[in-house]
Amino acid sequence: MQTPTTTLRPPLHRVSRTAIWYWTVRACLGWLVLIGGQVAWMVAGGGDQRTLRISALGVTAVLAAAHVIVMPRWRYHVHRWETTPEAVYTLSGWFKQEWRIAPVSRIQTVDSERGPLEQLFKLANVTVTTASAAGPIKIGGLDRATADRVVHELTASAQATAGDAT
Amino acid sequence: MNGDGGEEWRRLHPRMLAVHPFHVAVRAVPALLGLSVAGSRGGIPGHILSFGALGLMVVIGVLQWFTTTFRITDEHVQVRKGLFRRQVVTVPRDRVRSVDVTSHILHRVLGLARVEIGTGRSDQKGGGAVKLDALGMAEAAHLREELLHRRPAAAARTGEALTGTPGPYAATSVGVVTGPADGDPAASPGSGQAPWAETDALTSTGHAAAGTGPHGAGRGSPADPRGDAAPVTAAAHQNDAWPTEAAPAWDAGQEETELARLRPRWIRYAPFTLSGIVAIGVVAGFLSRLINEGGVDLRQVGALRDGWAWFTDIPVWTAIAASVVALIVFVAVASTLGYVLSFWGFRLTRHSGGTLHVTRGLVTARATTIEERRLRGVEVSEPLLLRAVRGARLIAVTTGLRVGRGAQRGGSMLLPPAPVAEVERLAEVILAPDPSGAASPREASPGEASPITVPLVPHGPAALRRRFTRALGVNALAVLALLALWEWAGVPAWTWITALACLPLAALLAADRYRSLGHAMTPEYLVTRWGSLVRRRVALERDGIIGWNVTRSFFQRRAGLATLTATTAAGRQGYGVSDVAMSEAIDLAAAGLPGLLDPFLVVPEKNTP
Repeated sequence: MQTPTTTLRPPLHRVSRTAIWYWTVRACLGWLVLIGGQVAWMVAGGGDQRTLRISALGVTAVLAAAHVIVMPRWRYHVHRWETTPEAVYTLSGWFKQEWRIAPVSRIQTVDSERGPLEQLFKLANVTVTTASAAGPIKIGGLDRATADRVVHELTASAQATAGDAT
Repeated sequence: MNGDGGEEWRRLHPRMLAVHPFHVAVRAVPALLGLSVAGSRGGIPGHILSFGALGLMVVIGVLQWFTTTFRITDEHVQVRKGLFRRQVVTVPRDRVRSVDVTSHILHRVLGLARVEIGTGRSDQKGGGAVKLDALGMAEAAHLREELLHRRPAAAARTGEALTGTPGPYAATSVGVVTGPADGDPAASPGSGQAPWAETDALTSTGHAAAGTGPHGAGRGSPADPRGDAAPVTAAAHQNDAWPTEAAPAWDAGQEETELARLRPRWIRYAPFTLSGIVAIGVVAGFLSRLINEGGVDLRQVGALRDGWAWFTDIPVWTAIAASVVALIVFVAVASTLGYVLSFWGFRLTRHSGGTLHVTRGLVTARATTIEERRLRGVEVSEPLLLRAVRGARLIAVTTGLRVGRGAQRGGSMLLPPAPVAEVERLAEVILAPDPSGAASPREASPGEASPITVPLVPHGPAALRRRFTRALGVNALAVLALLALWEWAGVPAWTWITALACLPLAALLAADRYRSLGHAMTPEYLVTRWGSLVRRRVALERDGIIGWNVTRSFFQRRAGLATLTATTAAGRQGYGVSDVAMSEAIDLAAAGLPGLLDPFLVVPEKNTP
């Protein structure tokens, strides 16, 4: 085990492919708010510093386009999850990636949630919380059937273990 | 009457009738001042509005006393409060992690003390604590003893049993806030679950307390007619167990081993804590409020005007030097005062009942009791200046008390700024597995290095490079930004020159941050150290580690580094080992929680025998 070449394999399952579109739309909405603000600033400001405002808007648009195109695909490439009777294991993020592992015996709650946007894409996420505020594990972008199954499995295996989970 | 323990509902101390309105009024002073100014523009004179509002607040303050009742049963601590929105907060007694008794000056004059009962919940505001503001001093002390030392042994056992109850929802049972409630907080468990599930973060606890385990039985019973004859099952156990286990603890609770006591010469560390900077903020805030709302014109004050005239007459460098000296003197004096006020009479004792007990405070007396079973480790924290004079402070890593809300006020302080040697001695005593070893701390861990003194593994050249890249990079960006502003926006040149002059400081900071980085794994503890401006060394009990988070940014991946965070229910909730090589992080995680990572590890074939 002490060999320096030991590595952590990624979790087994990818999230649903629809998640790419979900992330795209979510990112678009965020950028639209910013771009809308900038447009308002440009209209309200009148004539002065016109070039500055237009160039700022241009920069934002380019950044937004790059983010909206790259981020969802990169994310899909990274995001993975796996549950076993002993542990929950996820990998998420894109630019900054995060592996989270928690033993099932320390699980406190298993929640499944569908936001309005997620409902649009028939997706759901599963959040597993532990006694640590730093330790919730979120599996996003699952299709509903998988999410329900994961909740069911985790609840069942958490029931089977003992320990006060703190 | 309707209780599971047959206990009467008690009220807070009657003298609170005087304190509550006072507190409410004091808190409302700024608003009232504002009202008196704003109101005078309308038809009604401002002071009448103010007095009306004040009267209303006094009435609210008085009502607080009438609407708040509490009781301690064999299994629960229950508090009822609220006038329009009645709340019943129920905390199972075996979930009580800490008890904090505070007396502010007004409380002390009136012989009162506020009791704050800490539970393990950390994912909500206030740490899920239950506050009783306030009881008589003797009653508060008695309550503390009762909650932590005369813990019925059977309750402790049922606590363990509870942990085995089915369902992830059952795993935490800490507090239950039921909605609008009359005298009967728990209807039947079955009907209780549905509304709770929709209320708030406490949801999960509702299931545990109501649905399952011995506590469920206890909670369900109020609806039963047995009422006064309540101690049927669990309580009967307790009565059996008391004479053997808990009663001696109760007696022994009176005897205590003193682990540390404030030495007056430690006060020399006080100026280096910089806590006086907060005082500057308070004074500045007060002054600005006085000027804005009180309508005081500082230019009318003769002494100030003369002082300002003198100040503007002297050469600029002298003026700067004078201000700096004045500031330093002020901070030093304020810090020392703060230290004395907070920590005078500091005493840390260990009760054989399994608790640590901290008492301190000159004007505001404060007593904190921490259950040792819930103490997951300690943090030796050394702010830069304090480190320069070889001082440090000791903070408890425990469930139920959050750290990081101002160490002066936080209940988790185990030793105020004191010599490092003293801090380390105390830390070893506290972490010593056998409380009897307390008398001879040096022998507490004869064979292996203790987590406090064990040498740490440095994080290697990649981490060092990253420290420099980050410190210098941020500084360089700041210089560039200021240069741009100087060029195009007319910001004075000294800004970017100052930023440029900070580069060597940034390099020093980076070097020191690297020097601080380190980790170690002992048989029982994960030790990690980080930080420069405040260097912290945390020894976290491996049993207290819940899971692992490994984060890698794009740049960390390129450098082959990772940040490993051990998540825990105690203290800061997560303790990180920053910028360690990925393989090292995996080894640490695998060793820290044996078995957890095994299914996910890939060990190359040639290396397996």
